[in-house]
Amino acid sequence: MSEARYAVGIDLGTTHCVMAAVDLAASDRDDVAEGIEAIPQLTAPGSVEDRTMLPSFLYLPHPDELKPADRVLPWGEPPPFVVGELARALGGRTPIRLVASAKSWLCHPGVDRRAAILPVEAPEEVARVSPLQATVRYLTHLRAAWDHQHPDAPLTDQEVVLTVPASFDPAARELTAEAAATAGLTHLVLLEEPQAALYHWILASRGEWRKQVQVGDIILVIDLGGGTADFSLIAVTERDGSLDLVRVAVGDHILLGGDNMDLALAHAVRAKLAAQGTNLDPWQVQALTHGCRAAKETLLGDARAEAVPVVVPSRGSKLIGGTLRTELTRAEVTQNLVEGFFPVVEAAARPASRARAALTKIGLPYAQDAAMPRHLAAFLARQVNATRDLAGFEDRLPEEATFLHPTAVLFNGGVFKAQPLLARTLEVLNGWLDAEGAPPARLLEGADLDLAVARGAAYYGYVRRGRGVRIRGGTAKSFYVGVESAMPAVPGMEPPIEALCIAPFGMEEGTQAELPPQEVGLVVGEPVRFRFFGSSVRRTDHVGEVLEQWAPDEIEELEEIEATLPAQDRQPGEVVPVRLRAAVTEVGTLRLEAVPRAGAESWKVEFDVRGEG
Amino acid sequence: MSDSHPSFFTRLILALRAFGRILGDAAFAAEVSRLERGERAGPATPTVVEPPRPSLRETPPDSALQLLALLQREGRFVDFLEENVSAYSDAEIGGAARVVHEGCQKVLREYLSIEPARTEVEGARLTLAAGFDAAAVRLTGNVVGQPPFTGTLTHRGWRVIEIRLPRLAEGHDVRVLAPAEVEL
Repeated sequence: MSEARYAVGIDLGTTHCVMAAVDLAASDRDDVAEGIEAIPQLTAPGSVEDRTMLPSFLYLPHPDELKPADRVLPWGEPPPFVVGELARALGGRTPIRLVASAKSWLCHPGVDRRAAILPVEAPEEVARVSPLQATVRYLTHLRAAWDHQHPDAPLTDQEVVLTVPASFDPAARELTAEAAATAGLTHLVLLEEPQAALYHWILASRGEWRKQVQVGDIILVIDLGGGTADFSLIAVTERDGSLDLVRVAVGDHILLGGDNMDLALAHAVRAKLAAQGTNLDPWQVQALTHGCRAAKETLLGDARAEAVPVVVPSRGSKLIGGTLRTELTRAEVTQNLVEGFFPVVEAAARPASRARAALTKIGLPYAQDAAMPRHLAAFLARQVNATRDLAGFEDRLPEEATFLHPTAVLFNGGVFKAQPLLARTLEVLNGWLDAEGAPPARLLEGADLDLAVARGAAYYGYVRRGRGVRIRGGTAKSFYVGVESAMPAVPGMEPPIEALCIAPFGMEEGTQAELPPQEVGLVVGEPVRFRFFGSSVRRTDHVGEVLEQWAPDEIEELEEIEATLPAQDRQPGEVVPVRLRAAVTEVGTLRLEAVPRAGAESWKVEFDVRGEG
Repeated sequence: MSDSHPSFFTRLILALRAFGRILGDAAFAAEVSRLERGERAGPATPTVVEPPRPSLRETPPDSALQLLALLQREGRFVDFLEENVSAYSDAEIGGAARVVHEGCQKVLREYLSIEPARTEVEGARLTLAAGFDAAAVRLTGNVVGQPPFTGTLTHRGWRVIEIRLPRLAEGHDVRVLAPAEVEL
């Protein structure tokens, strides 16, 4: 391998991918040579353009639908599928062949992410792909785009930082790393998206960030992208006399983003049209969603506009006769968007959740409460003790505080291009702070809402080489396996389960946890599954600690994990006692191993086991 | 039409050809730049340089059709122009015009960088020195005498700074401005 010339940041988003790079040789300290990379892609059949964003869509065309020349790319043989802008456009008219939101599927514990399940609505004859495969195809396109533009510095030789939501669980992180490896990204590190946004803020301040924050600050990063809401808390501390950043907490995975908002507006306008006796077909609804997005941006960007016309063009060539005209009013935007997604709520508010119907169709687990501030309130309340044990923060938070008090906020994601939504979020947060006698949180300026994550990720690849401040923090959860307690069985009752801690909170990359003293039995030659748990609030549990009970919102159950001991020199069916050891790889994924009492060998314990089940 | 007083059309063709060559041929650009500054072949060199004889050429239709297809795709431009507007009320036409305006504007912004040929406000008085670019400024009305000319700016004009049309696949049929759509 040759020495990396660039640090490349890839934002693998739910709706868009962005790629940025730092030229390592041309950069020095705060003087960083960085920029966004163009991504050539099909924008119409047979037509290729450079764009800064690659829409995360995959279209699986019918063999007669596009000629090979229509799928041409600046590099190599055109693949039999389409990625990017054209995929999105074709999918708008033929949704049964469109794969969208692959990233949300990749972290959906209810499905087998290696199974060809997408598009969910596709008929039999369409060769479906797995969420993992779709991710590989986006990354392969990005790699080809890079290699085409940097023939002397192929991406496989560069240091690549790939971002994932802070809320991604170990299985989703591992799948993402696997997709990257399959796409040929050999020097890979994962980075949480809200951290990437903060790195971009540091980069954009050109060294001035040290004057904008001080020891004791708690920075709340609110990242609201096209498909997901992601929260992180980062504390400003001091180490060896200089400022240091520690990521102290991350939020839950919430499928709530800008696309939901545009859809909500379109449905409101559709209902208005339906009341006037005009019913729209699915194609028109899509055109309406598009029109509403533009109208929304106008209304939220211009305080004087009271209503903006929305036009749904006819599908046929008769444009004038068949075009529907309606309008989006300020009242509708306020009611559906501002009050619907960003209502003023108390700090004690919590997201509503309703029981899911027993037989739900296969689909993504979208957030059931659309009100972002309620999710935020729940996050800050759960993390009220996040800084209690942090040096310098012991007395910062009053004893009676009901939630953690951030002192600064960094916004990220396209949603916040609408200034009123940003202002409303800040207003709600500052209302909570005021009610507890805390000063208002400052807004950290200088965000680049669409491109910050990729640029911040590339910058992280640069500072990893010791050329700037790094955010510390390690894993944002402690992890446990479920072991049956040694109580006598009671008929009709499941044996109570205890949680054995195998990975403490805050494990850094490239470290390994000690072996717990407890052993579990593995049956040779047979896959054995364990229940697996994580906690984002139990910060002091040690390896080997056994919890007999816990508060319901303290520990969440993750997907089961599975270990198989190969028969080799043992008798199939024999029970071998093993201990489970956790490590965090250099890439940033969690790795579990089963270690038998005797011998130096160990076996990998798999996350994401549904495929073999 | 004589060579010393070419017609407007001939000048237009010449301007377009010169535009292309100036961009592609540095030596030619230097020559034109000298000409534009009024530095004709000086009296020290008595040999008269024969000016190139204006000639005509066919423009390849590809990029014109490509732009038209983009205007149709984003702004339903061809649909709009091909429709009989006399059958509709102004309000109906207005509704459709929004689609056309929004889409075509997007195409202009995305694929071309356009700026006014003159930066002055329309209605302002301005003076044109000798050797001004007759392709970028057209004199109208009482056109007599010698430069410098002083007049009122009635239209700022437009000038394309950059063109960024998509790359096309070899053999792509640009004559299909919009494919027919058949819903199965």
